Amino acid sequence: MSTTYLEAIREGLWEEMERDPNVFCIGEDIGEYGGAFKVTAGLLARFGTRRVVDTPISEAAIVGAAIGAGLMGLRPVAEMQFADFISCGFDQIVNFAAKCRYRWSAGVPIVIRAPSGGGIHGGPFHSQNPEMWFVRTPGLKVVCPATAYDAKGLIKSAIRDNDPVLFFEHKGLYRRIKEDLPTEDYTVPIGKAKVVREGRDLSIITYGAMVWTALEAAETLAAEGCSAEVVDLRTLLPLDRETICASVRKTSKALLLHEDTRTGGMAGELAATITENVFEYLDGPIVRVTAPDTPVPYSPPLEEAFLPNAEKVVEKALWLHRY
Amino acid sequence: MSAAEATAAKIHSAAPATGTPEAELAHKCLYYMLLMREVEDRVERKLYRQGKVVGGVYVGRGQEAIPVGSALVAQADDVLFPSHRDMAVFFVRGVSARRVLAQYMGRVGGLTRGRDGNMHMGDMSAGVVSIISALAATVPVAAGAALAMRYKGINGVAFSYFGDGATSRGDWHEGVNFASVQKLPVVFICNNNQYAYSTPLNLQMACANVADRGPAYNMPAEIVDGNDVLAVYEATVRAAAYARAGSGPYLLECKTFRMTGHSAHDMAQYVPKGLFEEWGKLDPIVRLEKRMIEQPWATQGEIDEVHAAIAREVDDAVAWAEQSPFPDAATLLDDVYENV
Ligand SMILES: Cc1ncc(C[n+]2csc(CCOP(=O)(O)OP(=O)(O)O)c2C)c(N)n1
Ligand SMILES: [Mg+2]
Repeated sequence: MSTTYLEAIREGLWEEMERDPNVFCIGEDIGEYGGAFKVTAGLLARFGTRRVVDTPISEAAIVGAAIGAGLMGLRPVAEMQFADFISCGFDQIVNFAAKCRYRWSAGVPIVIRAPSGGGIHGGPFHSQNPEMWFVRTPGLKVVCPATAYDAKGLIKSAIRDNDPVLFFEHKGLYRRIKEDLPTEDYTVPIGKAKVVREGRDLSIITYGAMVWTALEAAETLAAEGCSAEVVDLRTLLPLDRETICASVRKTSKALLLHEDTRTGGMAGELAATITENVFEYLDGPIVRVTAPDTPVPYSPPLEEAFLPNAEKVVEKALWLHRY
Repeated sequence: MSAAEATAAKIHSAAPATGTPEAELAHKCLYYMLLMREVEDRVERKLYRQGKVVGGVYVGRGQEAIPVGSALVAQADDVLFPSHRDMAVFFVRGVSARRVLAQYMGRVGGLTRGRDGNMHMGDMSAGVVSIISALAATVPVAAGAALAMRYKGINGVAFSYFGDGATSRGDWHEGVNFASVQKLPVVFICNNNQYAYSTPLNLQMACANVADRGPAYNMPAEIVDGNDVLAVYEATVRAAAYARAGSGPYLLECKTFRMTGHSAHDMAQYVPKGLFEEWGKLDPIVRLEKRMIEQPWATQGEIDEVHAAIAREVDDAVAWAEQSPFPDAATLLDDVYENV
């Protein structure tokens, strides 16, 4: 029976809660209601209010309480109702959780789940991709799964990790993708990218929902005689520089793709990584396809123009291929 | 090196073996208040001016009764969240003056091994969580620690410390509200020293007392004479018993006065003349000593001996800290993560 991305996350939470009595969930409307997107549906009935804690609308308190519980040896999984609201708990994440180990050797084994991403007509406050607010905070780990398999394997790794992990789950993938998952327990390591399609002519390096956009583009490109490799970063921090560089060494061309906005986006760090490490292998300029530097607009024609899609990727990729 | 070094042995030898429980408590209070006063005096008036403490220095001179009277109530399993003027909490939890001084001096012997300074330190093995600089950030974290204790079936209490100004922050209100909704075992301890940096209370909040915030959270709130260490102790006993019984959080507002500028570089010229003098008469150490002699829980000679013993202990601690090495720059990249 195939499992959706959303169900995969729920299964991961469920299995970890069964496995480890120190794992619990905390967030807004996650109990009886099952969460705004129903990721935690059923957990309350199985695990009770001790392990599924509904909170007031207090993101700083949700993250702060998770930190306190984590310092005491529990493994809290905090849910942000939308990733956009994570800014209300920002200080707790970047100043408290991220710095405890470095400063005073205290591990903070927490997971913060954040439903992110656009394409659902959510407008400026329900569509953002705030991962870069955290990627530049040493001490955090930032994970952005693209597949149901990775979502389940990474949420499990995140829960078992002894450092704070931000887990960005793309809302647009929740019910859109499904696959057969192994019945046995498995994890996906944090910090390891994956080549999800092999190619010779150029590398599309991306993550999250854009992995599917890249794969769609790669199909079209193949028909045009361009063999594109697709690298799914899966984890943004710590970054798997080896897999990125190995792919560019092989294809000699890099197209960097993300749904997040352009300036200060992940592509900048990827471009620097590539030039620093494998510059002499490049046969063309590094190309970016990203959202423009605007808030995420609401109205469909605007949002469509905002979001990268396969067409935009194909156009840039063909240009790069011919370069 | 464990943080919980044996200052405890010294304290107990400071109290007369034949004393009543009240006398013993008074001796402990005196010891810890004097130790904090002496360490902070050295830091602010010597080491900082000598350039041996290079970062910010914020002391709790005149406020020692609050961390001492409250932390002495804490039990072994309790977890404490001292703020930036609560140095004595560390001593009560068994962290030595040596390590606190090394912390200020950026040495390996400090609790953060040179990664952070002043009171920005903690040690889970001593049940002390480090503040971060952002005021009130530890308030929801303390609520989470209390949640965890209940979760694990530990009958512990979280002690959450902050100043008057910190109660204006959203994190404070979120943390207090969450603790109240969940009926978590937290004792919230405010040192109301009437200033937040240069900002007086009337520009900080529209209510007269921090305790006035309690009813909004259906939380008992008590105003305490923060310059009377035994009053702080007794109020904390009440508050901790309430929290430990599962009744929910409890707020103590300890009225006091900041007898210095905000930090070592602040002359506090914005404080109206006379206030330092007025509050100086209420110095918690002088008051306790007077009471100890009146009771009589101690002789003047015994009190003088405590002063002398503390001077010796702090001399030794400064020497130890100065010999503790600076961190090796090669360790810069260590410990950002457990393993990467
Ligand atoms: C969020 C935040 N804003 C500003 C500061 C700078 N700051 C440090 S201490 C302080 C005053 C704190 O006043 P209060 O809470 O009353 O504590 P006190 O210093 O009086 O003990 C300020 C403004 C800070 N540390 N954190
Ligand atoms: Mg104050």
